[in-house]
Amino acid sequence: MVTVTSPAPVEIERTESAEEVFAVPEPDVPWVTIVHNDPVNLMSYVTYVFQTYFGYSKDKATKLMLDVHHKGRAVVSSGTREEMERDVQAMHGYGLWATLQQDRK
Amino acid sequence: MPGQFEPLPGGGAAVALDDVEISIIRSLAVQLLELIGPGPGEDAPSDPLAELFAEGPSEPPADPVLRRLFPDAYGDPEKAPDSPAQAEERRAHSAEFRRFTENDLRAGKRENALAVIRSLDGLAPVGEGGAVLKLSPEESRRWLGSLNDLRLAIGSRLEIADDEDTELLYRLPDEDPRKPMVMAYLWLGGLQETLVSTLMS
Repeated sequence: MVTVTSPAPVEIERTESAEEVFAVPEPDVPWVTIVHNDPVNLMSYVTYVFQTYFGYSKDKATKLMLDVHHKGRAVVSSGTREEMERDVQAMHGYGLWATLQQDRK
Repeated sequence: MPGQFEPLPGGGAAVALDDVEISIIRSLAVQLLELIGPGPGEDAPSDPLAELFAEGPSEPPADPVLRRLFPDAYGDPEKAPDSPAQAEERRAHSAEFRRFTENDLRAGKRENALAVIRSLDGLAPVGEGGAVLKLSPEESRRWLGSLNDLRLAIGSRLEIADDEDTELLYRLPDEDPRKPMVMAYLWLGGLQETLVSTLMS
């Protein structure tokens, strides 16, 4: 016989563990902006964008552009999530294909 | 030299364009404007705050050109999500980013395309059906952005997905129906390349 009316030995107030379900990202783990390779954007234009928007030197901008071209992607900036969203929006404004993500090593 | 921007003394750039070239660029810029569409405030021009508070879309555009111009901000094109939860998180973050940025991004691309059309419409004809387009540094930057948008749009229509596709385009036979668009794509690339170099000099 099954007892269905046994008092439930369950704690009702479980709000703390409910919150633990959401993974809270480490606040000190930086976010990064990644630019992806695409076959349309000119190498000179991508270099120009890195110099103009980020203020990088010609050497640094060229190196990042070559990384995008040869490795398919390059991390072009890092910082808070809000800063990286600004950078990604700017890259999309220039027509570069960019995403942001947390820099999990 | 035709088809090439040259730097102007004191800043800016100039290029000689014939009537056909002018009408091709203008027509492409108009098509881009139509594709990007009007801003949210244009439905309610009497409400100055409509544009300010309007939220953008949360879903990626259906058109492949617009999807390329306004890509997802969260996600990894080379690596699928580790779990359905991660996929859902990326989708939700991309949707939120889109709501708060896509209207501004569309407005920026619209303004660049309009600047292109305005400068072409202001051209004074010289000689035999051509004109010399002279751009200020500010106009040069808008042209540069719009030339890039036009090339992204054509590249997307031509389904250029990797560097090998570009190689194939160079070798298309003359009778291929894509040939005129490919010629325009390559020509715009030359214009953009020389315009970048005037801005970096």
